[in-house]
Amino acid sequence: MSLNSRHLWHFHGGLKLPSNKAISTSKPITKALLPKRLVIPVRQHIGEAGKLQVEVGDYVLKGQVLTRASSYVSAPIHAPSSGKVVEIDELPAPHPSALNTLSVVIETDGEDKWIDLTPLNHPNTKSPTELRQLIRQAGIVGLGGATFPTAVKVNVGPQAEIETLIINGAECEPSISCDDMLMRSYAREVVSGCGLIQYIVSAKHCLIAVEDNKPEAIAALHAIITEKALHTIEVVAIPTIYPTGGEKQLIKVLTHKEVPSDGFPSDIGVLVQNVGTAVAVHKAIRLGEPLISRIVTITGEGVLQPQNMEALIGTSMSELIEQSGGYHKDAAKLIMGGPMMGFTLQTDHLPITKGCNCLLVENTAEQTAEAMPCIRCGACATACPAQLLPQQLYWHASSKNFDQVQDYHLFDCIECGCCNYVCPSQIPLVQYYRFAKTEIWNMERDRIKSDHARIRHDFRQERLDREKKERDEKLRKKKELLAKKKLADAAAKESDGKTTEIDPKKAAIEAAMQRVKEKKAAQQTEKTDATSATESSDEQNTQK
Amino acid sequence: MSILTAVLTLALIAALFGLLLGYASVKFHVEGDPVVDKIDALLPQTQCGQCTYAGCRPYAEAIANGEAGINQCPPGGEVTMLALSDLLGVEPLALDAEHADMPEKTLVYIDEDICIGCTLCIQACPVDAILGAAKQMHTIIESECTGCDLCIPPCPVDCIYIKPVKVEPDTWRWPLPDHGNTAPQAG
Repeated sequence: MSLNSRHLWHFHGGLKLPSNKAISTSKPITKALLPKRLVIPVRQHIGEAGKLQVEVGDYVLKGQVLTRASSYVSAPIHAPSSGKVVEIDELPAPHPSALNTLSVVIETDGEDKWIDLTPLNHPNTKSPTELRQLIRQAGIVGLGGATFPTAVKVNVGPQAEIETLIINGAECEPSISCDDMLMRSYAREVVSGCGLIQYIVSAKHCLIAVEDNKPEAIAALHAIITEKALHTIEVVAIPTIYPTGGEKQLIKVLTHKEVPSDGFPSDIGVLVQNVGTAVAVHKAIRLGEPLISRIVTITGEGVLQPQNMEALIGTSMSELIEQSGGYHKDAAKLIMGGPMMGFTLQTDHLPITKGCNCLLVENTAEQTAEAMPCIRCGACATACPAQLLPQQLYWHASSKNFDQVQDYHLFDCIECGCCNYVCPSQIPLVQYYRFAKTEIWNMERDRIKSDHARIRHDFRQERLDREKKERDEKLRKKKELLAKKKLADAAAKESDGKTTEIDPKKAAIEAAMQRVKEKKAAQQTEKTDATSATESSDEQNTQK
Repeated sequence: MSILTAVLTLALIAALFGLLLGYASVKFHVEGDPVVDKIDALLPQTQCGQCTYAGCRPYAEAIANGEAGINQCPPGGEVTMLALSDLLGVEPLALDAEHADMPEKTLVYIDEDICIGCTLCIQACPVDAILGAAKQMHTIIESECTGCDLCIPPCPVDCIYIKPVKVEPDTWRWPLPDHGNTAPQAG
């Protein structure tokens, strides 16, 4: 099939942006030098962090597992090179929050010695489930930047039938060229990975979508496909419009289908994977190699020799920039990702992670222009590729109306930055949406926590009530028992009183009185005064 | 005669509707006050009593009865106040100084070297987040602690301290851009 025969569609909005890609594509991919120290954050994906499998002091081989996936949506990490684990601690990682995260530090020994790899020469003899397991064990995550565990994504479930597998090589964001260079240099691996994923999800056909500003990549892929005479895989050149590499936008362009707002592409029979992910899948299954390196674009006017580098996960950004000629004297801002969606980093002493596709150094400092009031021009709504109303979202987000902001489908926003770019008042719109999103997630977490606390509080209250009731019951029973005993005793007394002494106490008192009486009587006999004797005896009688 | 018919008809209708309403009030009887439940669902359930009521539910009842304002919950802060205002259809109120917004979430921890195992804090904890027994060391179950600080006053040896909840990259929140409020009023 020829390249231009396929009918393509358009998504709403989008922008034509200067691509700025040529400066980093003049040189072939350079392999970064083996660093002395690798810092590997435990969590580099969406989902839960894995469980640590190593301790400080352990010697690890290249490709050895450092963590194991702890839950379904999780991914392991592996040692990118052989060496000694010297530290496991909270260390800085590339994240907009600039917070530290648990990381494993490896001091490399320079030998770069692999574990025993088990290549799989005939993947078609294995079941898709077994291959999915290999992908999972290799720690592969979406390398386009979203870093969602690939093993989960390719597990589409028994109901979903995947008609089209789309391999995303659009790379629509300006400045970034790592996917372009990957497709040029590793076209064979890309195609192999496509075939594997196609087999796993049993997709009828596979489209490799590449923007038409990358003719070399398209030619390279096309050559491999023709050579291998693959009829179900096709390279499609798509128009260069930002953000055509967005998952939903790409699906729209290629299939004219729209992903439902709260659904997944698999709901409409489509699965999208990045080209880098396809190569990682190829390496994991055919070679048995886990994901321990990636291609990073080092670019921008602030770097002297812009290029693409294949770097081990955990390599310090500062080393890569140094190997790319170092900073320009006017370098002012380091961005991870592209100019549209990336975020500014405060330091370059941060490790490369699985999701780090580009380091962009700009010579202009942070945009300090004061935002002007919104003039309701509507340019943002025209540009929005998700067909949202950015103005409404902005008003509601800035006044913290979190219910309304969701009514305007905030969570369909892909944060592409088109609205920011076109805004004549230079309002940082996406920042407002990010703020609203994290606030809403936080409220949701709080709600779950408070529901949990309510249940615990109610349970405690119930337990205290029950304990009190039980105590009261016990006390009542004790009292009853005592009363019964008293009654029984009294009854016993009555029945016993006729035959024997009534009470030992009374008997004792009486006995004592008897003794006193006797004593006094004895005294009386000694005394001569008879009257006093009779008086005293009278007294005693009355006392009695 | 015709007036009698009219009176009888009306009386009959009145009796019929009376029976119907009576039946409905028994059949569709709602146990408790649903508004209290709705208010309670919005409160943070710290049971801290900073609203001057004995817990979240008593405060919810007080709001439902119109005895308490919607701005008395410091742990809930502005977000809870706005949610309450939304639910009850009343004007949002500013959080007064006495019930000011708490700047950050906290929880407590026990200095286990000092703890004498008196169990007083266990009795004070409204959500059973403290583990321990008489003359045994006590400890806070962090995932259950709501940060109400009710365990601090009863401690005879002052070994319970407040610490802020650690922010992870996962729970980190983007700040509101400080470009000044350039937004016109919505609507």
